Amino acid sequence: MPIDRPTPGELIAAVREYLQQDLAADLEGQPAFLLRVATNGLAIVERTLSEGDAMDRAEAERIRALLGHDGDLVELNRRLSREIRSGGLDDRRSEVLEHLRQTAADKLRLANPRYRIPRD
Amino acid sequence: MPTEPGGTGPGDASPAADLLREVLGERARAIYGSGARIEALRRLSAGASRETWSFDVICGDETRLPLILKRDPLLHRGDGSLIREEAGLGVDRETEGRLIELAATAQVPVPVVPFYLDESADTTAGFVTERLEGETLGRRILREDAYADARGGLAFECGRAAARIHGIAAADLPDLEVADARRELDNDYDAMSQADHPYPGFEYAFRWLEERLELAGEGLGLVHGDFRNGNLLVDRDGLRGVLDWELAHIGNPASDLGWICVRAWRYGHIKKPVGGFGEIDELLAGYEAGGGTRIDRERIRYWEVFGTLHWGIICITMAFKHIDGSQPSLEKAVIGRRTAETEFDLLELID
Repeated sequence: MPIDRPTPGELIAAVREYLQQDLAADLEGQPAFLLRVATNGLAIVERTLSEGDAMDRAEAERIRALLGHDGDLVELNRRLSREIRSGGLDDRRSEVLEHLRQTAADKLRLANPRYRIPRD
Repeated sequence: MPTEPGGTGPGDASPAADLLREVLGERARAIYGSGARIEALRRLSAGASRETWSFDVICGDETRLPLILKRDPLLHRGDGSLIREEAGLGVDRETEGRLIELAATAQVPVPVVPFYLDESADTTAGFVTERLEGETLGRRILREDAYADARGGLAFECGRAAARIHGIAAADLPDLEVADARRELDNDYDAMSQADHPYPGFEYAFRWLEERLELAGEGLGLVHGDFRNGNLLVDRDGLRGVLDWELAHIGNPASDLGWICVRAWRYGHIKKPVGGFGEIDELLAGYEAGGGTRIDRERIRYWEVFGTLHWGIICITMAFKHIDGSQPSLEKAVIGRRTAETEFDLLELID
């Protein structure tokens, strides 16, 4: 990627802020709803650009420790899925669950960081 | 939905609305007399799988009947031709209307179904219900002061309504799909496999559910199939209508009770397990008051896990309909990432 500014994250933030702050005021009903969906999508990309790489490295490291295999992150997850399904990791369930919970918490921090804050 | 103001304006002037106004006018004159006319026709949902329309019938004596039409999707092309789109999952519209009528005879709160639309050259099949006053948006039901009293008794009312649905005699039912827990689990696993993408968190949940399949319980009957906050019409006094019967089938009755507890339908009010408004004990007390059998909490929890996984699989399915280009949609694309929410919830619920 070029080093030029704005960075991809800064560009997406500018687009998102335009949509949220300028365009949103003119919309109501279904278009307003879809605009919120759109800005949520952009916010996920922004968070992924700033935090995703570190999460990916940590996730891959954990799966390698569980499986004793290397590979790209999708391949590691395919292998982990097969092992869970076949029962090959049944004697290490607590480790598997700990890894899955950490991964899910990371994914959620990117997808919807406010999800874990209860209302009421 | 029924909360939208009916209005008295001229209504929608699109070609689709003009044709539908003619179709409805003809039916209305056949039922309510030659002086009947249609006013304030407008499209409510732009959903890909079903169309809903709000309209009023004005009878010859000026009596106004506020109504809702739900029909299969019909696409109007620029050249005036009509395309019948694939109607999607679930029962057909006539069956859906018949189920609502059956539910009414079983004392389930539902709107009256005054007439049906048969499929013809000018319309897809549909059914009409009265347009009840109240709120269906889950977030508003949970937040707004107007529903504070209603919220207090809602879990009990939901339990009672569910028991009455589940108690409808099999002999009275139209032809419906049958799916026990094993079958539903297999269907969901197949749906996840279609995506050809690894979801180890969901694999773990599938295995957890398969190993405990006996907790699902025995016995099959009519289930609503989408019994949750969001498909309930609520007014100040409480539950006025159980809506959206298109996923009704013959299944495990406890599945409806677990589904209403899934966190997605609590809209952030996670401390109240039943729809964000009530407690499981209230739900079960209502269930027994409605003639339902005693169901233990472990079974509800099993079906809550089941429902949480099911919602995750629905999110994946929607995302891949966008990704594979079959149904391009911003909403579907972004919903795809809601799998993170269900995955997180699932792994908290299970061990």
